[in-house]
Amino acid sequence: MSAPTLERPAPDEAALLEQFDATLAADHRIEPRDWMPEGYRKTLIRQVAQHAHSEIIGMQPEGDWLLAAPSLRRKSVLLAKVQDEAGHGMYLYSAAETLGADRADLTDKLVEQKQKYSSIFNYPTLSYADVGVIGWLVDGAAICNQVPLCRSSYGPYARAMIRICKEESFHQRQGYELLMTMMRGTDEQRAMVQDAVDRWWWPTLMMFGPPDEHSPNTAQSMAWGIKRHTNDELRQKFVDMSVPQAEVLGVTFPDPELEFDPETGHYRFGKLDWEEFKRVVGGQGPMNAIRLARRRAARDDNAWVTEAATAYARKHEGAVA
Amino acid sequence: MHEETVYEALSNAHDDEGHWAFGTGFDEPLAGVDTTVPDGIDPADLGAYCLMLGDDALVLAQRLTQWITNAPELEEEVAIGNIGLDLLGQARLLLARAGSVGVLGRSRDLATDSIPDEDALAYFRDADEFRSTALVEAPNGDFARTMLRLLAAATVRLAVFARLRDSRDPVLAAIAAKGVKELTYHRDHAARWVLRLGDGTEESHRRAQDGVAAVWPLLADLFTATDVETRLAAAGVAVDPAGVRDEVRDVLTQVLQRATLSVPEWPAETGPRGRLGEHGPELTELLDTLQGLARQHPAATW
Repeated sequence: MSAPTLERPAPDEAALLEQFDATLAADHRIEPRDWMPEGYRKTLIRQVAQHAHSEIIGMQPEGDWLLAAPSLRRKSVLLAKVQDEAGHGMYLYSAAETLGADRADLTDKLVEQKQKYSSIFNYPTLSYADVGVIGWLVDGAAICNQVPLCRSSYGPYARAMIRICKEESFHQRQGYELLMTMMRGTDEQRAMVQDAVDRWWWPTLMMFGPPDEHSPNTAQSMAWGIKRHTNDELRQKFVDMSVPQAEVLGVTFPDPELEFDPETGHYRFGKLDWEEFKRVVGGQGPMNAIRLARRRAARDDNAWVTEAATAYARKHEGAVA
Repeated sequence: MHEETVYEALSNAHDDEGHWAFGTGFDEPLAGVDTTVPDGIDPADLGAYCLMLGDDALVLAQRLTQWITNAPELEEEVAIGNIGLDLLGQARLLLARAGSVGVLGRSRDLATDSIPDEDALAYFRDADEFRSTALVEAPNGDFARTMLRLLAAATVRLAVFARLRDSRDPVLAAIAAKGVKELTYHRDHAARWVLRLGDGTEESHRRAQDGVAAVWPLLADLFTATDVETRLAAAGVAVDPAGVRDEVRDVLTQVLQRATLSVPEWPAETGPRGRLGEHGPELTELLDTLQGLARQHPAATW
């Protein structure tokens, strides 16, 4: 049975699609009230939700050092950073909601493993240097991925990304500054930094996703303007950017094949272990179960709080608590 | 933002422009401040008093931080993060003030010279040198108990800080003036939750009432002055905690009543404990986590 509708002729889908394509062709933004193909909407919801989930799960690896941060300044910086990530999650879930998704439902999908998050957060943070390396490399890679999304064809996502990228680049510099400070410290601290770089380098390169020939959705996403560069292009850009930074810092990357190629003007690098990538994305990484269990517990153990807030709001409708 | 600018910013890792979504810079808490102690004030007393207020803030910030990644809503992650950052900021200022008047206790025996006073005090004192109170040291319990404790702690601290704005120590007065704005928000945030939980569902009401039962006894050692506070209050520097007791009781009673919670009898006063360095095992446990890494690398710079 159909709901009563305004008497309006069914719009011609072909005409709408033509208008949608014209908007993309002119590099204009699609806004929430605009018509969009169902595939575009679904792909975007998946993309934005996966990004939101990554921000929220991404609070955990560094959050594990919040209580033990070795100075009050570092503790404040880290708390502010982890808090920023919660904020980013909020903007992104809001962007997903403009596409008709629901935050609680997306959280359920995350916890039930029906939606993914960045595989990088399934690695453990073993020393305080990891906090710096996550800022420098992981946030650096995230920004490489995200900067082009400031030009996403979907308006609310593009606008959220502009704000997020500004804050992420600040996090990246904070991470690098921590590593610089540690490198000026004791031999033990320098060893901690190198060890952290050794552990995070390859997983960070995997953040750009599978190689282009194994990335089936890239072409469609690029046509829709929700992806602007291929995975391999972004990975190369990141490697080119990171090598000089490593030299300034005084650390090496664990790749004997890493070498500047004067012909291409880019760094060549070794093969990534895509079997490991598949394992970690598929839920078999070192920390997958722990990350999801904590997110699930935050939802379930505190469900009574949300219920109370809802009940209170119902009782006091119109009143300001 | 233009795409290329962000990439450039990435490569230029040394300039420190940019900003946090929330909060501001975090460098040297007392940079550029005249830390001279006014005439007639005993620096040892002043330092000891700053430790009392600073340790409360540090310990409560640590407790609240335990909620991060475990909070009921993302909005609450952000709010608790804000409150924790405010309290950490207060702790840093107060510990730096204690250090500036030479009150460092045994911390300097362990911490190397490159470690700033605030960190020497936070990371290299043992529990018996801490001057925090049981109200902030007690474990969080559930979200209801956490918010009831925050309500009580913020109410007491706000009442003290409001008066400290007139302290004869200008540094303390300035710290208090800044803190009053922050604490007003903390108290308000906690009070709103106590209302929602007390007057929410049957379960949340029960949990809130249990929270009251757990938190009220922790008020017992808060309102009797130590000798240091008595001397400093007489000199116009500190606040005699006995003077804020009625205000605190009125505020807490009002919030609990509006939240449909029953108000227990005010606990019998025990005299100061935490302020004299007497603490339960909870504080030692909390400090083990807080201090472990810093103590493992006493010669390191972070």
